Amino acid sequence: MNELLHQTLSGLATGGIYASVALALVMIYQATHHINFAQGEMAMFSTFLAWMLLDAGLPYWGAFALTVVLSFVLAAAIEFAVIRPMHKAPELSVVVVFIGLLVIFHSLAGWLFGYTIKTFPSPFAANAWYGSQLMSAHEVGAIFVALVMVALLFSFFRFTPLGLAMRAAAQNANSSRLVGISVGRMLMLGWGLAGAIGAVAGMMVAPVVFLDPNMMTGVLLYAFAGALIGGIDNPVGAVLGGFIVGVLENLMGSYVVGTELKLSVALVLIVGVLIVRPSGLLGKKIVTRV
Amino acid sequence: MTTAVTPSLSSPVASLSSRTVRAGLLVLLILAVGLAFVAKGYQLFQATMVVAYAIALVGLNMLTGYNGQISLGHGAFFALGAYVTGILMEHASVPYWATVPAAGVVCLLIGYLFGRPALKLEGLYLALATFALGVAMPQLLKYKHLEAWTGGVQGIVLMKPDAPWGLPLTQDQWVYLFSLAVAVVMFWIAHNLLQSGTGRAMRAIRDHAMAAEAMGVDNRHYKSMTFGVSAAFTGVGGALSAIAVQFVSPDSFTLFLSISLLVGIVVGGVGTLWGALYGALFIMFVPNLAEKVSKAAPWAVYGVVLILLMFAMPGGVVGLLRKLQAWWAGRQA
Repeated sequence: MNELLHQTLSGLATGGIYASVALALVMIYQATHHINFAQGEMAMFSTFLAWMLLDAGLPYWGAFALTVVLSFVLAAAIEFAVIRPMHKAPELSVVVVFIGLLVIFHSLAGWLFGYTIKTFPSPFAANAWYGSQLMSAHEVGAIFVALVMVALLFSFFRFTPLGLAMRAAAQNANSSRLVGISVGRMLMLGWGLAGAIGAVAGMMVAPVVFLDPNMMTGVLLYAFAGALIGGIDNPVGAVLGGFIVGVLENLMGSYVVGTELKLSVALVLIVGVLIVRPSGLLGKKIVTRV
Repeated sequence: MTTAVTPSLSSPVASLSSRTVRAGLLVLLILAVGLAFVAKGYQLFQATMVVAYAIALVGLNMLTGYNGQISLGHGAFFALGAYVTGILMEHASVPYWATVPAAGVVCLLIGYLFGRPALKLEGLYLALATFALGVAMPQLLKYKHLEAWTGGVQGIVLMKPDAPWGLPLTQDQWVYLFSLAVAVVMFWIAHNLLQSGTGRAMRAIRDHAMAAEAMGVDNRHYKSMTFGVSAAFTGVGGALSAIAVQFVSPDSFTLFLSISLLVGIVVGGVGTLWGALYGALFIMFVPNLAEKVSKAAPWAVYGVVLILLMFAMPGGVVGLLRKLQAWWAGRQA
C-alpha cells in the first residue's frame, strides 16, 4: 500500500512537469490554434542556458530569473521572425516549420553544449522539512512551482487588463483590432509566456532526468497527451490532464507492463479515453452551425 | 491545428494537354531506367530508396493531402511492410517479389482496422493517435514475446535477390529496376484511384465532410478505406526499402521516419501525386547535404533549409511549379 502511495505521489511530481509543458502548449494553441511541436526543445534549450549561467557562477534564483526572461525574449523573437510570416500559409506548412524549429534547437543544443549528460542542481535542499520518505523535497517543490505558475497565469488572465486583451485577441482577432488591441503584439506575448513556462518546466525536470538534448522529447509527448485529455482549449484541464498522465504513466510502468512498453500503453489508454470523450475531460464541445 | 489543406484547384494533368504529359512521363521513365546503367553501387541504393519513399509518400498524401486526415505515425506502416517482407523471407522462405504484395495486403488490413476507431478523432486528436502508433511500433517490434518472429533488437538480415532469367544485371541494378516497376504500377493505381469517383469522394470529405455526407458519400466507409489504402502504399514502400537495405531492425523505424514522411509530403506538395517524388528526393538527399555543409550541427542546417523552403513555397515544390506555370500562361496571353 505504501508502495502504491509512493508511486502515485512520484507520478504526481512528474505530472507537474507535464502539466507545465501542457500549459505552454495551451497558451499557444488558444491564441493561434497551432500546436508548437518545438515547445519541448525550446524548454530544453532554455535549461541549457540556465546551466550555462549557473556554470558562470550565478546563484540559483538569479540564474532562474534570468533564464525565464531570456526564454521569454527568445520565444517572442521566434514568433516575430519565423511564425508571423507564415500566418497565411497552409496548416501543414506551419507544422513543418515547427518541426524545423525542433531539429534546429536540438542540433544547436548538442553542438553548443555537447551531448554528454550533465547534472542540474535542484533549488530545494534534499533534507528540507517538506521532503519525506514518500516524496523527495524536489518532487514537492516541483509540484508547488507548477501550482504557483497556474495560479499566477490564472490571475493574470482573469484580473489584469493585459490578460483580458490577450483573451480577446485569441477569441476574436478582428473585433479586438477594432477596439484597439494590437493582435500581433498579443501573439508575441503569448509565445513569450509559453517560452517562459517551458523554461521553468525544463529547470524543474532537469534535476530528475539529467540534462541532455534528448531530455524533453518524451516530456513533450506526454504534455501533448495531457493537454488533449484535459481539453486543449482549457488551461485548467491541461494541468489536470498533465497530472493524470504522470500518475498513469508511473502506475502502468511499475505494476502492469514494465518500463519497456509503458509509453505505448499510456498512449493507447489516452487514445481510448479520447475515443469515448473526443473533446477531452474539460474541453468545450464544439458545435458547428451549418 | 485542423487538417485543412489548400484545395488543389486544378491538377497539372488538366492544365497540360494529355499528350505532352504522356511524352513527359515516357521521357522520365526512360531516364529512370537509364539510371540503372549509369549509377553505381551506393548511388543505385539511394535511387532505390528514393523510389521506396516516393511510394510511401503517395500513400501518406492520399490520406493527409486528399482526404484531410493527418498522420504523424505513418512510419509504423512503413515498418510493418518492411517486417512483413523480412519475416516472410526469413521464416517462410517466400520469394522476395511475392512479399511486396503481401506487405501491401497486411498493411491494408491493419490500416483499415486502425482507421475504423480513428474515425471518431479529427485534427489534433488524430495526430495524437497516429503519433502514439508511431511511438508504439518500434517498442512492439522489440517486445520479447514477439522476438521469435521479429528478431528483437537485432532485427532480421535479408539476402539480396539476384536478377532472374539470366539477365546480365548486377543485384543492385535488379533491385532498383524491380522497385521502379513496382513504383510505376503503384503510381498508376494511385492516379486512377484519385481520378475516379472514389478520389472525388475523398476530396469532398476533406473539403466539407458534412456537405459530402449530404450528397450521399459514405464518410465512414471512405475515411477508413482511405486509411487502409494509404497504409498499403506505405507498406509497399517499406517492403521495397527492406529488400534494398537487406536488413530490418526496430531502430530504423523511429518516430523521426514518420516525421520525415510528413515533411516529405509538405515539401513535395500536399494533395499532389507528383509531389511524392520531390518529397522523396528531399528526405533522401537533404540530410546528407546538410552534413556536408556543417559536420557539427547538420540538423540545424536541415531545419533552416526546411523553414526557408516553407517561406519560399508554402505549397511545396508542386505548388511553386503551378504558380510558375500560371505566371507563364499569364504572360503568354
